Amino acid sequence: MSLASLDSATLFGLTGAALAGIGLFIVIAHAGLLRRIVGFNILGAGIFLVFGAAARRGAAAGFSGDPVPQAMVITGIVVAFSATALAVALLQRLFDLTGRESLDAPAAGDKQQAEP
Amino acid sequence: MTPLAPASVHLATPGGYLLVLAVTLPVLGVLAMMVVAPRHARQVSLVTMAAGLVTALAIVVELIRTGSALTYIVGGWLPPLGIALRADGLSATMIAVTAVVITATALFARDLYALAPKTQDGRAPTTFWALLLAIWSALNAVFVGEDLFNLYVALELLTFAAVPLVCLDGRAETVAAALRYLMFALLGSLLYLLGTGLIYGSYGTLDIQTLSHLSEGGPALWVALALMIVGLLAKAALFPLHLWLPPAHAGAPAAASAVLSALVIKAPVFLILRLVLDIAPPQAAILAGQILAVLGASSILFCSVMALRQARLKLMIAYSTVAQIGYLFIVFPLAAGNEAQPPWETIAWTGGALQLVSHALAKAAMFLAAGVIAEAFGHDRIADLGGFGRVLPISAAAFGLAGLSLMGIPPSGGFIAKCLLLTAAVLNGHPWLAATILAGGLLAAGYVFRVVDRALATPAIALVAQKPIPRRLELVALVLALAAVLLGFVPLEPFGFLQLGRSGAMTAVTP
Repeated sequence: MSLASLDSATLFGLTGAALAGIGLFIVIAHAGLLRRIVGFNILGAGIFLVFGAAARRGAAAGFSGDPVPQAMVITGIVVAFSATALAVALLQRLFDLTGRESLDAPAAGDKQQAEP
Repeated sequence: MTPLAPASVHLATPGGYLLVLAVTLPVLGVLAMMVVAPRHARQVSLVTMAAGLVTALAIVVELIRTGSALTYIVGGWLPPLGIALRADGLSATMIAVTAVVITATALFARDLYALAPKTQDGRAPTTFWALLLAIWSALNAVFVGEDLFNLYVALELLTFAAVPLVCLDGRAETVAAALRYLMFALLGSLLYLLGTGLIYGSYGTLDIQTLSHLSEGGPALWVALALMIVGLLAKAALFPLHLWLPPAHAGAPAAASAVLSALVIKAPVFLILRLVLDIAPPQAAILAGQILAVLGASSILFCSVMALRQARLKLMIAYSTVAQIGYLFIVFPLAAGNEAQPPWETIAWTGGALQLVSHALAKAAMFLAAGVIAEAFGHDRIADLGGFGRVLPISAAAFGLAGLSLMGIPPSGGFIAKCLLLTAAVLNGHPWLAATILAGGLLAAGYVFRVVDRALATPAIALVAQKPIPRRLELVALVLALAAVLLGFVPLEPFGFLQLGRSGAMTAVTP
């Protein structure tokens, strides 16, 4: 695809892909569970943007956008919200029980003080 | 973007409402639990179990009677816009096994919770029953789903029900195990969702039946399938992505471990089967099959050795789960069909499906037996269990019989499954897969005999159970183990049943 054909849908798609990449990096590279949960949300936001780009491109029926991916994004946001809530609740419980906020026990000792 | 398929390939069948029942009955049970007093949660769920068992049976009977897949079009909206539910032979088999294992687990849990009066009035029992029903509904939704996004939601529901089950006892280590599980599962489902988005962007439909008629696959389809399969592998705990499973499944209460290990990880495996066999174009399917087989074989070998080295009984069984899941993935290259013989007519396909079923029964039996042992002696260290067969003969028998099936010793369901896989490996010229199957069987024999040897040992000081265990509790595990063994006596029956609705899927050409 040449640079000239970089319309807004493609741009959204690429931005979504970039966000997904950033989110994936945070999820894999960071040990802190709170950061990972935020990373999951960034990854999810990127994926939803990809859905949005698909909606803009898929205007086959004469609409300005395809409504199906938009409906999926709304469902996806609900699911992502529930997942975040569950993860935060479990993390809160883990922190209450052990005072740590990562899964590898001793190595994260210095990081705990750095974060509120 | 390829235009939408001109017409739907789905036709609603009269028995389709049974699929809706299978998905909604457990949800109704959960809703009823919210209304009634917590102490009635058990009765509500047992009533729901009975109804669900009847529904599962009705689906199987209806499938055999009509000889074709059951289909239900939700709200009368045809795909690609609407959502279809569809159950073919494999789905119906999984629905039936799910119903059996969940009901058995419920009977077990009913007595186990009756055993410890202190948990009687807490939150844990009520939550357990609600989560058990939620898992059941989500599993049925995965088995009958036809829409990839709908399946994503079903998978997430499954995760949200399974993760809290892991940390039901609220200890710090199980909460950590649940969080680790949640991290892997979330990553898996987000990768799956990304693949779904790519497929929708390229083809404008997410219906598996419509997608299975794709004439050619582009790079977008390859990338999407790769993302989805990797995501599902994380949920299915195949070898390099299995790290979350042993602590989660070993830490959960026995009844929960049985459901998690026997059923919950089967849902992503089932979806990978659908993706590879139904959607992937032939070349992609062959490549994916090769990679999955390598991972499956390493899973069998590595995790069997890990299972051999575990000191704790439940951890050993959990590692054995990862190893046994590996067998399901070496099916792919073995079941690679050709024009004359589609994948689901190969013996490897039947072997794989039998392995799905027999592992579900055997693993549930093993975890329940281990639960009885841990409950009776207060610990599950294998080394200190010398002579437990004298105290708990039925549990020891259940463990041994379930072990027969895992090892693949005749007569058992696991034997037929592994025998079919082995034959397929030899016939199709995959000597290294054949060797892996044999080595996996030997390693399984190793870790099962370690426990059986303890059961039959004569210790210097006789073991004494710390609390009385009702006979019924042990019998549940024994019945499941016997079912896994008896599966070996109906070897060719699933052969035709598993193909129901399969060949029809390919010949049903869009008008």
